[in-house]
Amino acid sequence: MTSDDRIYSKEHEWVMIEGNIATIGVTEYAATELGDVVFIELPEPGAQAGQGDAVGTIETVKSVEDLYCPLTGEVVEINESVLDAPELVNESPLDDGWLFKLQVSDQGEADTLLSAADYDALIGG
Amino acid sequence: MADVDRCETCGRWGAELQASLFAKGRAGRRGVMPPVWRGDDVEDGLPADLRRDAPCDLPSLSEPEVMRHFTRLSNLNHHIERGLYPLGSCTMKYNPRLNERVAALPGFATLHPEQDAADIQGLLCACKLLQDALCEITGFDACSLQPAAGAHGEFLGMLAIRGFHLANGDDGRIEVLIPDSAHGTNPASVVMTGMKPVTIASRPDGRLDLDVLRGAVGPKTAGIMITNPNTLGLFETDIVEVARIIHEAGGRLYMDGANLNAILGKAKPARMGFDVVHLNLHKTFSTPHGGGGPGSGPVCATAELAPFLSGPAIVETDGVYGLVDDGSDVRPSIHSWHGNIGVCLRALAYILRLGADGLTRVAERAVLNANYLRARLEDVLQVDHADGCLHEFVASGADWRERFGVRTLDVAKRLLDYGVHAPTIYFPLIVEEALMIEPTETESKETLDAFVEILREIRREAEADPETLRTAPHTTPVSRLDEAGAARKPDLSWLGPCNCG
Amino acid sequence: MPYTPHTDEDIREMLDAIGVADVKDLFAAIPAEAREGADLDLPASLSEEEVSRVMGNLAAMNVGQDELVSFMGGGVYDTYIPAAVDALASRSEFLTAYTPYQAEVSQGTLQVIYEWQTFVSRLTGLPVANASMYDGATALVEALLMALAKTRRSKVVLPETLNPRYRRVVETYLRGEGVEILTAGRDAAGATDPSELAGLADGTVGAAVLQTPNYLGRLEPVDALAAALGDSGALLVAVVNPVSLAVVKPPAAYGAAIAVGEAQPLGIPCGWGGPLLGFLACEDGLKRQIPGRVVGRTVDNRGRDGYVLTLQTREQHIRRERATSNICSNQGLNMTRAAITLALLGTEGFRALGEANLKRVAALRAVLGGIAGVDLPCAGPCFNELVVRLPGAARDFADHARAHGVLAGIPLDGVAGCGAGDLLVAVTERRTADEIETYGNLLRDYLEARDDG
Repeated sequence: MTSDDRIYSKEHEWVMIEGNIATIGVTEYAATELGDVVFIELPEPGAQAGQGDAVGTIETVKSVEDLYCPLTGEVVEINESVLDAPELVNESPLDDGWLFKLQVSDQGEADTLLSAADYDALIGG
Repeated sequence: MADVDRCETCGRWGAELQASLFAKGRAGRRGVMPPVWRGDDVEDGLPADLRRDAPCDLPSLSEPEVMRHFTRLSNLNHHIERGLYPLGSCTMKYNPRLNERVAALPGFATLHPEQDAADIQGLLCACKLLQDALCEITGFDACSLQPAAGAHGEFLGMLAIRGFHLANGDDGRIEVLIPDSAHGTNPASVVMTGMKPVTIASRPDGRLDLDVLRGAVGPKTAGIMITNPNTLGLFETDIVEVARIIHEAGGRLYMDGANLNAILGKAKPARMGFDVVHLNLHKTFSTPHGGGGPGSGPVCATAELAPFLSGPAIVETDGVYGLVDDGSDVRPSIHSWHGNIGVCLRALAYILRLGADGLTRVAERAVLNANYLRARLEDVLQVDHADGCLHEFVASGADWRERFGVRTLDVAKRLLDYGVHAPTIYFPLIVEEALMIEPTETESKETLDAFVEILREIRREAEADPETLRTAPHTTPVSRLDEAGAARKPDLSWLGPCNCG
Repeated sequence: MPYTPHTDEDIREMLDAIGVADVKDLFAAIPAEAREGADLDLPASLSEEEVSRVMGNLAAMNVGQDELVSFMGGGVYDTYIPAAVDALASRSEFLTAYTPYQAEVSQGTLQVIYEWQTFVSRLTGLPVANASMYDGATALVEALLMALAKTRRSKVVLPETLNPRYRRVVETYLRGEGVEILTAGRDAAGATDPSELAGLADGTVGAAVLQTPNYLGRLEPVDALAAALGDSGALLVAVVNPVSLAVVKPPAAYGAAIAVGEAQPLGIPCGWGGPLLGFLACEDGLKRQIPGRVVGRTVDNRGRDGYVLTLQTREQHIRRERATSNICSNQGLNMTRAAITLALLGTEGFRALGEANLKRVAALRAVLGGIAGVDLPCAGPCFNELVVRLPGAARDFADHARAHGVLAGIPLDGVAGCGAGDLLVAVTERRTADEIETYGNLLRDYLEARDDG
């Protein structure tokens, strides 16, 4: 379920921007497609990341997927809860299952991401 | 829901799950004790700061209890003598017990690897016989028995190619082309040599695409890794041209010999243009899987690559065998000693028993069995790449998924209720809902016919009551396990106290 | 044709079902040029009896440790294998079973692996162990790769006293990875010098290795070596003899992050050096980097305890080129043998085994130390091996002993700072007091003859 208060990446991440801080997670579509998440690797707080960089991984029983950074910036906070309880990503991908927060360096970059409607079109919904 | 009564006739396991060994026994019980010291008393000289604080916390069982524990555990396993293993790419053929008997002879088993050549003439002769036989089978000039498994052999073979290029001053040749149908060990092995795997897309039938290949080769090409027949069981019909393209670009060809069972005595890798190959003794050459090893992955290569294989070489002069270590810096060493010699001896016994005539018939019977199964399963499973399969074929469960809502995984699990091990599933990656089936040559027509009937029955179940498949297996000692839980909160060893005082 | 059931009638019926006239037609996809020269120039088939005879003759040409009194070690040892191990390991259910990917029909194999992991954890004190590796050398390689991946560094320190065969294997693997290998030298008594290690361990070193007992049989000063790493951040990798762990302080007690070794002494024949059994255990923080197969305990959908291969996303079949290792197989049947051996020994038997090895090396030391002309250069605690220094070439004495039915040991010329007169002599629980005395007499007579001659 997409909403207009967020923007989306082609790699199935949602981004919610407040001021210059972006909260990032994976979409419901991604969580369903992945199946049971068993382990997550997140970037270190303080790490610098460029748009499209692989900054972590999401593991299920049978697969490893890269976690991409949808915007350029500095990681300021990570969600420790998902490290202990990776199932949060399946249970609540949009809420308790958020992954990390980024201090965005270029506000204009957000325009390169998809609106809710565009993302819905991408996933054929 | 499942017709459990009908499952009774499928072979309900008569075995009980066992409590952990670490929850059994009782303090003070003894099994096997080492020999008593009957000499003069002597201080052991171990200082307090190196001594263990408390004895290691192990279970205390008597020998009969240990026998019963492991015997009961063994009853929980499927194994070749229990039933079919139609696993594509694994070649689960019969493991001759003759091989076990000869490998266990004290004249082989008690040899220490540091003993002088004079003490091990028979062993060296046996190793040389095996090396020569493997060279004859593959068409190559040199063989190393050192790799302890197939992936280990891949690593050695790719190291040989890397070593060759470095010796020629071609340090820039670091790219190894690998088709997208390849087994995961292929790119992993390349990475370990310091080279870079470059994936190339196959044609829809899984075969190499010559145009893609021509576009991918260049001055950085170290070589290519090819499984032939490929992972869909199809022979790379353009292999001679592929070899020409790679050689012309300055690269060398590595063959993953996992599927050798299809072409034994029918085609030799060297003649196809390959430069190096690894063999799986635990597949083609009948040595047992042992629940996951030990295997053996000898490598055979051209004279050109021979200096870059591990040593030492076995040399025979006037009937006397010796080991020659040329002390060369470029020779790799990938094992403490000379490889899984015990496994090699089993393979030698197999080769001697079958002889040239038998070995040629292995491929014929294996390919016959696979084609027979494929033909009889035509109306049961969808086999896309159906032109001339060899010893195995890949079916797709995609249409079952669409029609009945069951996945290949569910079919695999339901097969377990019928006393058959599931085929290889979800490999190769380029086929959707893949089932890869390889019967091997040691299965009878009756077994194959029974397997066909079982799949027909499962298809009927999929149509009438798909839930039976989705919740299968029903009659095995355990049913589907919580793998997500196992990966999220790994419990990897028994942490409880054991009854050992 | 052996092992295949096909009669001519079977073949006819099958060809009919396929719709071809001849088996040869099934190979049409193989182009003519690939088929050239395919005929096998090998001898014709032999009957089972003939194969038995050929292999029997080859075996009879060898003289092994069942006919000689062996004092040879250097990584594999002449140990006693209880009869129950052979009986259980030769069962079809263990011998011919496939890798336990379909867990529901492989609980036997999976539980044995879990029990092996538990044994290795208890022996080493480290909580996470895998299903085994090819041998001690490749297990060490894997440990170093883990440490380098974790620390993101590219340098390792190996002790001079490391098994030279292990060193060669490490060099082969790490060369490809572009890793720099440094060496921490030994002292006069055959142990690693902690100050050497301290001098090398800095913020660029990812792993420092110690082997205890080391190749020369000496138990290393583990606490001092661990301390020598200071706050460099280098991970300590311990290479250990599993039998020694019955009596010697385990790796967890001195801060090793990873422990590896060769478990051949636990129920596996020497077999001219293979197949062997590597083991690997690590601290909890490294469990997602551990290579090879790992079994976890879980529950099935009816609440029953069960075992399953887990953490598979580390492995090559999923990560492919991003896997930490290319390892696919483990040494299943050998691991089964070792687990059964430890189960048969139990707490008391295992401790007695460790003490038996300690006692015998002490007895050997006492006997040899009393012989004129013999030097024992490595003063300090040993486990089941020690170095003997002879006047003249050690190889000479070894030949002499061999002529008297004794495998005297391994000449150490050039290894770990040793010279041509140095011999590595091993004693396991199989060596009796009489055999050790005989060794002493042999050596005494040899030296006296040398002096006279």
